[in-house]
Amino acid sequence: MKHSILHLALAAVAALCASGTGASAAWEPVRPVEFIVPAGTGGGADQMARTIQGIVTKHNLMKQPMVVINKAGGAGGEGFLDVKSSSGNPHKIIITLSNLFTTPLATGIPFNWKDLTPVAMLALDEFVLWVNAEKSYNKVGEYVDAVKKAPAGTFKMGGTGSKQEDQIITVAVEKAIDTKFTYIPYKGGGEVAVQLVGNHVDSTVNNPIEAVAQWRGGKLRPLCVFDAQPMAYDEPITDGKSWKDIPTCKSQGLDMEYLMLRGIFMPPKATKDQIDYYVELFKKVRATPEWQDFMKSGAFNTTFLTGGDYAKWVEAEQKRHEVLMKEAGFLAPGN
Amino acid sequence: MTARRSDAAGPTHKAVETGMALLIAAFGIIVIVGSLKAGITWGAEGPRAGFFPFYIGISIVAASAINLWSALRDHDDRLFAEWGQLRQVMSVVVPTAIYVGSMPFVGLYVASIIFIGWFMRWLGGYRWLPTVAVAFGMPIITYFVFERWFLVPLPKGPIEEWLGL
Amino acid sequence: MEELANLFHGFAVALQPYNMMLMVVGIMLGVIIGVLPGLGGANGVAILLPLTFSMPPTSAIIMLSCIYWGALFGGAITSILFNIPGEPWSVATTFDGYPMAQQGKPGEALTAAFTSSFVGALFAVAMITLVAPLVASFALRFGPAEKFAVYFLAFCSFVGLSKEPPFKTIAAMMIGFALAAVGLDSITGQLRLTFGVTELLNGFDFLIAVIGLFGIGEILLTMEEGLSFRGGNAKINLRVVLQTWRELPAYWVTSLRSCLIGCWMGVTPAGATPASFMSYGIAKRLAKNGKNFGKGEIEGVIAPETAAHAAGTSALLPMLSLGVPGSPTAAVLLGGLLIWGLQPGPMLFVEQKEFVWGLIASMYLGNLAGLLVVLTCVPIFAAILRVPFSIIAPLILVLCAIGAYSVHNSTFDVMLMLVFGVLGYLLKKCNYPLAPLVLAIVLGDKAEEAFRQSLLGSQGSLAVFFSNGLVSTIMILGLVALFWSAIQEGYSRLRTAAA
Repeated sequence: MKHSILHLALAAVAALCASGTGASAAWEPVRPVEFIVPAGTGGGADQMARTIQGIVTKHNLMKQPMVVINKAGGAGGEGFLDVKSSSGNPHKIIITLSNLFTTPLATGIPFNWKDLTPVAMLALDEFVLWVNAEKSYNKVGEYVDAVKKAPAGTFKMGGTGSKQEDQIITVAVEKAIDTKFTYIPYKGGGEVAVQLVGNHVDSTVNNPIEAVAQWRGGKLRPLCVFDAQPMAYDEPITDGKSWKDIPTCKSQGLDMEYLMLRGIFMPPKATKDQIDYYVELFKKVRATPEWQDFMKSGAFNTTFLTGGDYAKWVEAEQKRHEVLMKEAGFLAPGN
Repeated sequence: MTARRSDAAGPTHKAVETGMALLIAAFGIIVIVGSLKAGITWGAEGPRAGFFPFYIGISIVAASAINLWSALRDHDDRLFAEWGQLRQVMSVVVPTAIYVGSMPFVGLYVASIIFIGWFMRWLGGYRWLPTVAVAFGMPIITYFVFERWFLVPLPKGPIEEWLGL
Repeated sequence: MEELANLFHGFAVALQPYNMMLMVVGIMLGVIIGVLPGLGGANGVAILLPLTFSMPPTSAIIMLSCIYWGALFGGAITSILFNIPGEPWSVATTFDGYPMAQQGKPGEALTAAFTSSFVGALFAVAMITLVAPLVASFALRFGPAEKFAVYFLAFCSFVGLSKEPPFKTIAAMMIGFALAAVGLDSITGQLRLTFGVTELLNGFDFLIAVIGLFGIGEILLTMEEGLSFRGGNAKINLRVVLQTWRELPAYWVTSLRSCLIGCWMGVTPAGATPASFMSYGIAKRLAKNGKNFGKGEIEGVIAPETAAHAAGTSALLPMLSLGVPGSPTAAVLLGGLLIWGLQPGPMLFVEQKEFVWGLIASMYLGNLAGLLVVLTCVPIFAAILRVPFSIIAPLILVLCAIGAYSVHNSTFDVMLMLVFGVLGYLLKKCNYPLAPLVLAIVLGDKAEEAFRQSLLGSQGSLAVFFSNGLVSTIMILGLVALFWSAIQEGYSRLRTAAA
């Protein structure tokens, strides 16, 4: 790269300014950082990205602005391909959800998580089995009986997107209790929850944040959470019940665990300094009260992983999704 | 500007209509081919991905066939436009195409400066001073409104890279 | 009358100087966002959302919702002046607004548009104030079948209107449907019609098609006729506002009808786009001078603008009371609520009284402030048409390119825009109607999605579209609208036969 004298001078000034506040970081962004969201505006990943952007701005955690850009086309494939093709560009990061695994498998677009550089796992999103509060079943057992009693194909499960996390869970539940749902895909999680309130579907596997308002309003009832242990938040939400009081599905005889990744990746060929910079940045974000409030409002699992541990986790999840999607028959033809 | 003369030369309406109908029919065929790839049958989950596009493609081809027929039957030999008028249109289309095509390489700002400058100077016949003022003023305002104010990154080329923007 | 007491308290909150200032700033920003193509309301609010984190939630939502109002007002400006709708619901405004501007009446068109927007919004806020809980439970009754019925009605009330040859109308509409189908099929999660081209993953965005077909196409038509912009003789003083106001009350029936359509569409939540098209279509059928629609009829501006703004405003109601957004912008605002620690839903009206009523009061005040701001600017906007064509044309082209780019941050879309531009020029010259094409792009995939969701639920039985009173009524209304001209003809024949 050829730099002009002017540019060198500018860089030198920038470097001086940067070193003034503590010269710990070896690399810092020198232009606005693009924060890619492989999903539409208003969804869960978008909310998280914009919360992070707000926290970074408010607490002045970065000298350059952070710019959130939605690239939702092809179930997020557009965003992943964009980052994949920005090899060596340290001013671009991407937040992922489960479509990191499901989109390439279901659509056959040429992309694999190994095309990106893992940075950090920020949190894991829980999935809860919800039913309408007017329904008589209070326990998973009663629910399963009702599903089995219903004529084949008339019990409707609503979810976000097709061949994505919600439908994967649905298929796994079908396997676990040996029955068949009719899965109806919608565009957004909030819409799914409202369709359940309006009795247009019979149950959903919404994330906590998508359905909590309806729970508090007494319209929906959580039956169980698809995690290995109950959620950690014991503040009462409604009727003296808290997130912690929701039993795990496994304990109720529904053997399925599923958590959705909310993690950060960078384009290929990022240097160690650059990765370290972002890891430090997200550590600072996680320490803010705003982040903790956000985690609480969505009852997130706050596991934080970086480096090798993170990569190992993603690798294992990739294998698991391959198996789950293959069993469900969701793989794109030719995969 | 150009006075309409009945004896002026230009493509006939009929020719353009025919071409248009054929173009749309070709598009319809592409849609049909794409739908066939996606599967047009009624699967276990209701209609498959290509079901609706397939029939849309068929309708496009059918409607175009009728349009083509009525275009060919048309004995009216009125002009679509005079060559002079089309030259005017092309004098915008061609530079805009160059402008749009060069954007991925030189970035939006440089391309816009040249494009506005060219338009005002050669089509508008303005003096250099207003031309330069508008040609540079607009991209600079754009830069501040989009990149600084609303934080919307626009395409940039080597010159912006060099300036460190 | 607890509501009224709450509302007055809300006014007290909204009238604090700090909040008033934010309101005006929000309106200004919103108008700018609405005018710049590509920076729609949703994007604008999303971009500015993080900046509001340091404000108290009530102030923040006041500012953001004012950006939303501003963007709604602003969307009409480019539609009327340059035939470039910046938002899907402004498309119908171009049909009569742009011809008015060309006839030297941009001031009248803008005044009518702004005033109608205000009336629509006011009606919707009044509805939110008085009957919020009732309306929320109505919204819950809308499942996929009901939603499809609404889209069906929107299509039916709009097609069959054009004077163009019917097979050209069909061809144009089908092109729109085909373009809408490109990309990911949301029901099967499968890619279709992309032919392995990554740029097509996104499908064809409405905005790119519309900027090209309407905006660029129009510039090319102007070039063909020589380098001049019609409408340069526009009156540019504020008196035009008062003159137009004197005309408006005569159209109160259209206004009221459009308000009702808008509120219904906003709550269900089908959104502002079907509302504007439906309202325009029905107004054209029922108006005395319906035949002149499309040639610069002021009623053709009032109908879509009133409905769009009423829908845009009432879309906030399901967002607040159910947590389901009625528009893309509402979706972003919803994210904002969650970030501020407010949970939209049935409890919000009970637990966060100050917030909810502050917001509702700001809707009244914000729209009023917005109306004053944009009306005083009418002469300035109208004066833009006096700028010589060879200066304004390249600026419009550059702005269009920016708009097309910023939809998906892709230069491919900019090229696509030019292709659509040339296509728009050719289609228009060959007498193909563009409006059905655009309507199909905007609503095509949503209608298909709702249709297939319904069939999934009913296991392939079409009876689901007549399975209850609500959905049957809407479907029958749609059929009546579709065959309206035949019905009208039959009726008049009966009358002449009887006479």
